[in-house]
Amino acid sequence: MSVEVNFEKCMHCGACVGACPENALFLNDVALEVNENCIECGLCVKGCPVQALSLGGA
Amino acid sequence: MDIQDDKVINCDVLVVGGGPIGSTAARFAAKNGVDDVLVIEKRQEIGSPVRCAEGISLTWLDEVEIEESDHFIKKKVKGSKLYSPNGNKMTIGKELAGDEVGGVLERDIFDKEMAVLAGREGVNFMLKTAATDVIKENGKVTGVKAKKMGEEFEIHADLVIGADGFESQVGRWAGLYEQIPSKDIMTCFQYRMVDIDIEPDYTHFYLGKVAPGGYVWIFPKGDDKANVGLGVQLNQLDGNKSPKDYLDEFIDSHEGLKKGQAVDMVAGGVSVGHPLDSVTMDGLMMVGDAARVVDPLTGGGIANGMKQAKIAGEVAAEAVEKGKVDEDFFSRYEERWRDRLEDKIWRNYMAKEKAVELSDEEFDKIIDALSEVDLTELTTEAILKAVQKKYPELVESFKDML
Ligand SMILES: Cc1cc2nc3c(=O)[nH]c(=O)nc-3n(C[C@H](O)[C@H](O)[C@H](O)COP(=O)(O)OP(=O)(O)OC[C@H]3O[C@@H](n4cnc5c(N)ncnc54)[C@H](O)[C@@H]3O)c2cc1C
Ligand code: SF4
Ligand code: SF4
Repeated sequence: MSVEVNFEKCMHCGACVGACPENALFLNDVALEVNENCIECGLCVKGCPVQALSLGGA
Repeated sequence: MDIQDDKVINCDVLVVGGGPIGSTAARFAAKNGVDDVLVIEKRQEIGSPVRCAEGISLTWLDEVEIEESDHFIKKKVKGSKLYSPNGNKMTIGKELAGDEVGGVLERDIFDKEMAVLAGREGVNFMLKTAATDVIKENGKVTGVKAKKMGEEFEIHADLVIGADGFESQVGRWAGLYEQIPSKDIMTCFQYRMVDIDIEPDYTHFYLGKVAPGGYVWIFPKGDDKANVGLGVQLNQLDGNKSPKDYLDEFIDSHEGLKKGQAVDMVAGGVSVGHPLDSVTMDGLMMVGDAARVVDPLTGGGIANGMKQAKIAGEVAAEAVEKGKVDEDFFSRYEERWRDRLEDKIWRNYMAKEKAVELSDEEFDKIIDALSEVDLTELTTEAILKAVQKKYPELVESFKDML
């Protein structure tokens, strides 16, 4: 997985989903899923209001 | 709803998203004669958790046929106060605020009430049900793939309305997508605070680097309670600081807030760009945040979305009745809502584009100039003219807006 979700921090707000240029994120109520369309641009990481996301390996 | 077998549900109009805008589009479709309107909402409870600062004006309720009620309007305010970084302050009275904030909602109750009004017109709701893709036949949207509590099925409809908010995917799946530039994304964080010391009859806005490209808001919900939050332009976020970090810093530096308690937290994103170039295609109409009709200057999206939803519902009903659910027919939706809303959205977009460039010193001067005059109308032009009197050089770069 290219983007890692810290579920302890995630507030299921969808800000990352709207910011993602590749439609690589899907928020099903409280479960945030990352799909293979991710190009690791990092926009979601930057846009998350509580820094719940990181690029894999980082 | 007509269930063919376990795997397919049929309806006339399917609305994806049970936010206030989706419920309202559904209400007006049903009210205007569509028998079988279904709203699917992926959350288990409509309106919760809240993702909103809850500030609205009270001027548009009639237009969308809602009766004002203190059931969902928690607090009314006399006006707004704007603060620049050095503490300069100006007050906008009720008669001036026009379309600005006039009340503070209980958003969860408001959203549920919008669903109740739709339900009374016969609209069906299906909760904990997410759309996972759009179904298209020969370029026309004919329904969605859905998932409800682990069960997968299809919903077929004459017409789909995408009301799935900022995180909208319906339009993207269908091929109606323009990427939101990061300068047009506000990333937001808010606490509901109690035991604080604020002027509860006003909404308060703090400008400048406390929230780069956005602002800090204090929207009162009672004498010692308020939503305290901020939005920051995504590409102006400084290094490793998150919106939450900015807000924590602001609260620590504010005498009336730092002794208070936070009793809940809200995160979210808002698009403060311009509307999608097209919000329709064969079989599909987009509405609300999903169509990007948020006011780019304030980040408020409820009023515009509600007005647009009414038009969407009315045109949807006409389209279904006539069996014309194509983009051609939907041009009446495009025309009507753009006529009603687009001018102001574009004007406020231009104003926002200028405002995000202002330095703290420039905000200080602008608020200083405005605090000395008695503005009779709150238009961009009136503001610029007032500032021009005291600081002509400041208005130089805004001249094209006069
Ligand atoms: C922090 C913050 C503060 C704000 N403050 C204000 C304010 O003070 N005043 C104001 O006017 N506006 C404010 N806004 C904007 C306002 O919240 C939105 O404009 C408003 O919620 C738009 O309503 P909507 O129905 O279009 O979308 P939403 O309210 O976002 O509703 C969309 C619904 O669709 C559902 N959904 C999404 N995808 C799917 C799917 N695939 N399947 C099924 N369901 C789905 C979601 O769960 C959600 O319930 C704020 C926004 C934020 C984030
Ligand atoms: S933006 Fe952050 S908090 Fe919001 S859903 Fe995405 S990961 Fe979770
Ligand atoms: S890194 Fe970029 S492409 Fe990948 S999920 Fe985040 S925003 Fe989308």
